[in-house]
Amino acid sequence: MTEYLLILVSTVFVNNIVMVKILGLCPFMGVSKKLEAAVGMGAATTFVLTLGSGASYLISHYLLGPDLAYLTTLSFIVVIAGIVQFTEMVVQKTSPSLYQVLGIYLPLITTNCAVLGIPLLNVQAKHDFIESLLFGFGGSIGFTLVMVLFAGIRERLEGADVPGIFKGSAIAFITAGLMSLSFMGFSGLVK
Amino acid sequence: MITALWVMVSIALFLGAALGYSAIKFKVQGNPLVDKIDAVLPQTQCGQCGFPGCKPYATAIASGEAPINQCPPGGEEGIHKLADLLGKEFIPFGDGAAPKAKSVAFIDESTCIGCTLCIQACPVDAIVGAAKQIHTIIAPQCTGCELCLAPCPVDCIRMEVIPEEISNWKWRYPVIPLKVAA
Repeated sequence: MTEYLLILVSTVFVNNIVMVKILGLCPFMGVSKKLEAAVGMGAATTFVLTLGSGASYLISHYLLGPDLAYLTTLSFIVVIAGIVQFTEMVVQKTSPSLYQVLGIYLPLITTNCAVLGIPLLNVQAKHDFIESLLFGFGGSIGFTLVMVLFAGIRERLEGADVPGIFKGSAIAFITAGLMSLSFMGFSGLVK
Repeated sequence: MITALWVMVSIALFLGAALGYSAIKFKVQGNPLVDKIDAVLPQTQCGQCGFPGCKPYATAIASGEAPINQCPPGGEEGIHKLADLLGKEFIPFGDGAAPKAKSVAFIDESTCIGCTLCIQACPVDAIVGAAKQIHTIIAPQCTGCELCLAPCPVDCIRMEVIPEEISNWKWRYPVIPLKVAA
């Protein structure tokens, strides 16, 4: 039980997928202008990542095995693309407004490297099924957390008196860097 | 090699079947009537009907929430078409919904503060200007939809009726009264 809790804390804070592993920067910069969209993107990514981690564990463990390990990346990409399509259908059916807010970024979850990165890290760390699920879930919760925090900061930045040369993306990147630095502070939390 | 092929093919087949099934299961039901009504509306997206565009108005008509006489750009002819489509009686325009004389927006440049709000509201990009620069209207592009009036914080936009002159006079569209044969 402690072990599972450790995985969660570790993925959300210590090895945060965006701030420490620097994966999934495209949606992090792209969908963080509005808080509402950031929350939606986080939720959609959480759904995809948790399903994706589970499915990719089953595939790499039962279907591929050590003989076909070279197919890992290829088959994960295929499976994740399928799951994203599925998520898109579900979101369109259940929440048309969220579907409109997410727009192009929903299909782009496919190319979010965090979504491919976490299953690959799972294989590398030789996690079992539950650990893989938790690793995926924790990673995406960490992603959502950072998205929401960053969207909040960016909404405030809109009204801030930023020097002309730093306006827009420049100050956003600087902010992201400072956030990343502050997440490094968690590194002593779990060994 | 053959095993690898089989593995990838089976993944692809499984995903294809699952996605195909969920495409049917999670199909978004569109109302075919909405599309038909939307096709009759003039697609100016002007919002004079009180809805944010033609499609929302069509949806409201289809669900019976809005009367069919709320679309000034469509004119009386539009109401007739909607009445035919829905099998309803023709209703004339209500107060304030009748087609107005053709007019264009005019920005009073001494009061304009250059806030760009009207530029964002304009559906046809007929307003030029930049932040803290005086805006102006490209009169030939303006459709007179009045959407820029509301967002202006200093109320410097007004509608000016274009008087009919030789330079802008056009033949009227032919209106042929139809009689139902007895």
